[in-house]
Formats: sequence, structure tokens, C-alpha cells
Amino acid sequence: MNDTGFHLLGRLTIDALPFYSWVAAGGAMVTVLGGLGAIAFVTWFGLWKPLWRDWMTSLDHKRIGVMYIVLALIMLLRGFVDAIMMRVQQAMALNSEGYLPADHFEQIFSSHGTIMIFFMAMPFLAGLLNIALPLQIGARDVAFPLLNSISFYLSAAGAGLVLISLVLGKFSTAGWSGYPPYSGLEYSPGVGVDYWIWAILISGVGSTLSAINFTVTIMCKRAPGMKPMRMPIFTWTALCSSILMLFAFPALTVAVGLLGMDRTFGSHFFTNDSGGNVMNYMNLFWIWGHPEVYILILPAFGIFSEVAATFSSKKIFGYRSLVYATMVIAVLSFTVWLHHFFTMGSSPNVNAFFGIMTMIIAVPTGVKVFNWIFTMYGGRVRYETPMLWTLGFMMMFVLGGISGVLLAIPPVNYMTHNTTFLVAHFHNMIIPGVLFGYLAGYMYWFPKVFGFRLDHKWGVRAFWFWIIGFILAFMPLYATGLMGMPRRMAHYFDPELQPMLILALVGAVLILAGILCLAIQLWVSVKKREELADTTGDPWDGRTLEWSISSPPPAYNFARIPEVYDRDPFTEWKLAGRKPDKSDYSDISVPENSMLGVYLGAVAFAFGFSMVWQIWWLAVLCGLAIIGGLIVRSFVFDHEILIPAETVALADQSAGAGPVEGSQPA
Amino acid sequence: MSSEATNNSAEIFSHHEDEVQLGFWLFLMSDAVLFGLLFATYAIMAGNIAEGPTGTEIFDLFNLSLQTALLLVSTLTIAIASRHAMLGNTKGAMFWLLASCVLGAGFIALELNELGGLVLAGNGPGRSGFLSAFFTLVSMHGLHVSAGIIWGVTLVLQLSREGVSSRLLSRIMRLTYFWHFLDIVWIGVYSTIYLPWIMA
Ligand SMILES: [Cu+2]
Repeated sequence: MNDTGFHLLGRLTIDALPFYSWVAAGGAMVTVLGGLGAIAFVTWFGLWKPLWRDWMTSLDHKRIGVMYIVLALIMLLRGFVDAIMMRVQQAMALNSEGYLPADHFEQIFSSHGTIMIFFMAMPFLAGLLNIALPLQIGARDVAFPLLNSISFYLSAAGAGLVLISLVLGKFSTAGWSGYPPYSGLEYSPGVGVDYWIWAILISGVGSTLSAINFTVTIMCKRAPGMKPMRMPIFTWTALCSSILMLFAFPALTVAVGLLGMDRTFGSHFFTNDSGGNVMNYMNLFWIWGHPEVYILILPAFGIFSEVAATFSSKKIFGYRSLVYATMVIAVLSFTVWLHHFFTMGSSPNVNAFFGIMTMIIAVPTGVKVFNWIFTMYGGRVRYETPMLWTLGFMMMFVLGGISGVLLAIPPVNYMTHNTTFLVAHFHNMIIPGVLFGYLAGYMYWFPKVFGFRLDHKWGVRAFWFWIIGFILAFMPLYATGLMGMPRRMAHYFDPELQPMLILALVGAVLILAGILCLAIQLWVSVKKREELADTTGDPWDGRTLEWSISSPPPAYNFARIPEVYDRDPFTEWKLAGRKPDKSDYSDISVPENSMLGVYLGAVAFAFGFSMVWQIWWLAVLCGLAIIGGLIVRSFVFDHEILIPAETVALADQSAGAGPVEGSQPA
Repeated sequence: MSSEATNNSAEIFSHHEDEVQLGFWLFLMSDAVLFGLLFATYAIMAGNIAEGPTGTEIFDLFNLSLQTALLLVSTLTIAIASRHAMLGNTKGAMFWLLASCVLGAGFIALELNELGGLVLAGNGPGRSGFLSAFFTLVSMHGLHVSAGIIWGVTLVLQLSREGVSSRLLSRIMRLTYFWHFLDIVWIGVYSTIYLPWIMA
């Protein structure tokens, strides 16, 4: 250390270690031990080589999808630990400090929201899109397989920054939305907000690149004959969601990037003095933030549509109206952002406009609910686990929608702003709407990816724990919100709140049981994989192309690119009793492995870390390493592995996959 | 069988270049939103000069004109480069690409000179909201131009190795779009940031 202002490790000193409270030290311990445990496990079983070859450097969209979902589930666990810690704190903090210092409580609610949105929901979404989208449109991969791998590692790098903030330094205390001026240098001088900023910026680049990738994939790689109005609903929602990402993420980049400018270079975008404009942050953040809700939920709607049609054994009701409703929601999602700050001084006319727009957006959403109901009507509904999540969603989501319309009324919003009523509302949208949707997708497509179904019994248990836990955890928060309880409260003095908050804790414990059931389900299913094996490739009597190939599919997905003549092409084939053509194959090329993604992800992580701690030499070095890596790569020719036609033929003829006459699986 | 397969993969290759082109357009679209929001932010903060100087006091018409001239000429030279590449003329493409990069580098040098001078005079991005927004927007554009220069030089090296191939042609086309896009952004910077202050 010296006084000239130059330090080799920037702001990083021994004080960064989390010995300020036993809870924080424990969290750091768990994180470090978890990482070391995973490394030890892989080393002990000698799995590094297959892990590196088959997964980490693979450009196969299905494998990248699985890695995304593994990341999402790990982060779900971490985000849930945050959640239950908050519930315990609030259940006991009546007239007392509880067990968490206020500063630590603030870190926890900030990391909970950040993790759940950016590092649980976004990777889960990207994972499901990766797995299902190319299969649904009859493609052999996404348009840019290498870019796909890079996107994944950028998301992982962001998640890594959030995780390491538990061990070195502190995380942000400014909430998941990071409002200035509190998140500015003056009130948050530590590294917490910087961790938050760089985690978001790096993973945001990944999301933008995936959005480009998915949009091009859908626009260019559909099977011959799959006109836009023949695309599966999930593909439609994926398209709308990707386009939303392209338009919305720049707003997040600008909002968070300018905040970073303020913090690192002392500029005055969002400061109170020297000509800053704090409201600009709120506008920019929510110009991204509201569309983000639809980025996450539209694909979930798509999954519910696929599931409702499949398990009712009926065509989706009102296909066109569903497509148009999706588009209308996507467009309208850019016209409502101000409802996140009705109370912050806009004129009544402005508030009225955004309030009305917000109510209007409920209309196309309502259309969708009716579509799902009418899809089930008159069908023979099979209560497999994906269908259970769908039904649970439909019940709960309508409730959340109604509370949303309530909040859209500016005068009501003045009463409920920043209370737990709002917390209850958006969890009521996001848990049933987004998470249940993704879990439905996980259970729906799992057999396609791994070749065996997930255990039904444990899936049902997980569902009931989740839904009852959800109701118990969040209905009380509606009540406490109406009683005037502000959100993000570390402790309180009103004894009337405590029973409700204890009830919410009980709900959180039930959700914990639901998560445990999900883990047990995975364990049990792997054990019973012979029994649960999916030999036909079509375990659910599916309707779309992904079910017409074997489970798991070969690396190239389709031995022959199918031709599509209608919606639900696979159902058409089955009804027509069409036998798959098992002759005349040609060579297929698949992309060779690449370690560029791992490299860029690692360097991006180091770059983010050095920007957080202001280790300038390392930041410059990492910047050069990124540019250098890209330049070197640009000299290389794309390598592809050619799979000879004979191999394809052999694999396809032995798989026994494809449409089977009158197939009716159990 | 094998000849059919090669035909097939050649077809897929050119089809793939179309996909890359579309992907690049999508990226430009997203980038345009980014710049649009930075412009909006500038518009909000243009009047927030706090204790700092106004644009009239710090902007230099001569420097600005020189910068603009360099960039506009470079947009012409890069168009010539892409024309040469389309005709399969490797030497011509290399020369004009390099010329564009040199002009771009001149632009960056002038910009660094201007921004550096402001910082040294104590009028850096920390002086006022107006200067924060000005510095950020202009350096964002400058960073893009720098990326374009690195890209151009890389392409010149690659052209010297393999001549105008289909993949390099497609890259040159994309660099050209990128360059024109940055020109349009600069015209926005010129007319909404500098001119109003200079004319005032
Ligand atoms: Cu909103």
C-alpha cells in the first residue's frame, strides 16, 4: 500500500472478507465449500474430460440449454435461500433487531431480486428456448452455435460475480432496481452496487446476443412449409420475446451503465447536485423493466399453450387470436413503464394515460386465458405434471392480474405504492406465470432431452407444496400491504403484522419442501430411468415436430428435415398414419467444439471483477484479451464435423422413432 | 453421393451468410436503440450546466468541421472499398479499407484531442450533467469507431492472406453497414449536440 493512490489490487484488501457477521461468513463458507465440493466431485470421479468435451465446449444447442437450466436451478436455490432468510427475519423482528443486521438484510433482498430475475429466470428461459426451439421448427441447430455458447458463458460470468460478492466484499443494498441517488457513490460508497452493475452489464450482453440468435433462428431456419401461421405458439412467443429483448435491453444497459459512469468516473447523470437527473434513471430502468416482465412471461405463455393442447389432445383454441394477442402484448409492453412510479410527480394526465394503457394490456392477456380454458373444454385432459403447473398457473395468475389492474389505478397506487401489496402482486405474476411455466416446460421437455420422463409422484408433490406454499407466502402480504406495511422492512413495531408474517414464513417453508421434492424427483427419476424410459420419442402424444424424433435426439436432431403442411404437423402425420421415410440419407455437418465461449466468459468475469475493485491494469489486460481473442478467432475457418450418411441412416433406422400409426402412449 | 453433399454444404454456406447478415442488422437495430436513449438522455440534460461552462464556451467549430469532414470522406472511401471487394479486386479493397481506417484514426485523434483538452481544462464529465451526457455520447460513438478501425485493419490482414473470399466479402459488407451507421449517428451528434451550441 502507498499513498500515491495506486494499489496493485485496487480497492481489494483483507477487509473484503465477510467477517462482519456470522451469517455473512456462513454464507461465504457455503459458497466456497459448494464450489470446492463440485470441483472435488468432478475430480474424484475423473469427469473433467467428459465434462469439458461433451458439455463445456459443446456447441450443441440441447447441451447448452441443459447448462443454462443447471445454472438457473443453482441460482434458484441461492435466490430461495435469500427469500427464506428474509421471511425468517420478518417473522421474528417485531420490536427487535431479528437475527440479521439491517445492512445485511438489505443485501439479501437486493441479491434475491437480482438473482431471481437475471440469473434464475433469464437463464431458465434461455435454456428452454435452446432446447425446444430448434426442435420445434425442424432445425438442426440455432443459427449461430458458437455465439450461443458465448452467450451462455457471459450469463454464467454475471452469475459468478453475484456469487463471489458473498465471499469478497458486500453485495448492493440498493434493491434489485438500484435506484439512485441511494445507489450513487455518495450513499453507497462500497463495491456492492458495482458488483450489481457489472453482473447485469455482462449478462446483458449475453442476453442481447441470444436474442439475435433466436430471432435469426426462427426467421431463417424453419423447416420447409412452416409458414409463420404454422409455427407452434411457443415459437411465436419466443420470437416476440427475443424481439422485445433486442429493443428493451439497451435501456437497461444505458441506465445501469450511466450509473456505473457516475460511480466510477464521477459524472453527474443521477446525482442530486451538479445537474444530475434522478428521474431519468427511473424512466430508463423501467423502459427495460416492464418489457422484461413480458420477455419472461410470453415464452411461459407459449409453454402453457403447448401443454394445454398436448394434454387435452386438442388443437389449441383460437391459434390466430393467441398469436395476435402475443404481438399486441409485446407492443403495448413499451407503453406502460410509468406505472412503476405513479407517485413520483407526474401530472394527473400522464398518470391517467399510463394507468389506462396498463389496464388495456390486461385485455390480450385475458384473451389468452380464455384460449387455454377453451382448449381444455371438451378435451380429454390428462393430468400429467406439466398440465398441473398449467392449471395452477391459470388459477393463480388471474388473481395476480386482478391485483395488477387495481395497482394500475393511480389513486389506488398512491395507497399501495411501496407496500408489500406490490410485492405480493408481482410475485403473484412471476411465480405462477413465469416459474410455473418454466417448470412445466422442464417437465414437459425433460424426456426429450434425456430419454426418460421425470417421476410423476414426486412431481405432483412438488406441485402441491409449491402452490400451497405460494398461496400461504403471498396472500398474507396482500393483507399486510393494505395494512400499510412498507416493503423491504428489516424490523417493525406493529404487533398486528406479526401473525401474517409468520404465516408467510410457513408458506416459504412449504415452498422449500416443494424445492426438495423437485430435487428428489430428479434423483428418483435418474435411479428409475430404465422404468421411465421414453422409447418412442413421443411420451405425451405430442403435436409438434420435436416429438417426431428420438429421445434423446441425435446431435443433428433431424436425420431428414421434415416438410410441414399444417399446424401440429406431427399430429397430422399420426392421424394420416404416415410412416417415416427411412431411406435416402445425406451427410450432415455439425459444428465442432469450441473453447472460445469458456475463454470469453472467464475473461469477462475477470474484467467485471477488476472493474468492481478498480484493479485498472487487470481491466485493461482483460479488455485486450477479449479483443485479441475475437481477432484470432476471426482468422479461423468454421470447423464442422461431417457425419456420413451411412452413420445417419444406421442411427435413424435403429431409433425406431417417428410417427407411429395410431400411437397412444400411456 | 459425396459431390451432392459438397453441393449441399456450399448452398448452406451461402444461406448461412444471409443469416449472419440478418443477425448483424438486428444488432445494429439494438445498437440504434442504445444511441437513441443516449441522445434522449443528452436532450434531457443539455440544459443542466450547473456551475460548468456552456457548449458555446467549449465547442470549437474548426475542430468539429475537421472531424466531420474526415468521417464523411471515410464513409465514401469505405463504400469504394466494398465496391472493389464486390468486384473481387483484393488490392483495391485493401487500399480503400486502409484509407478508411486512417481517416477514422484521424477522427479519433481529433476527438481525443478535444475531449482531453476539456478534461485538462477541468471541464471533464464530472463537471456538470450536461458535460456527463456530452462525454458519454461522444465517447460511445468514438468507441464504436475505434472498434470499426480494429475490425478494418483485421480485414486488411485477412484480405492479404486469402484474397476476397465469400466470407471476407460478407464481412466487408457488414463493416460498411456499421461504418455508415456510425456516420448517421455522428450526423445526429453534430446537429443535435454541437450545432445548437455553436449557433447560439
Ligand atoms: Cu410494469
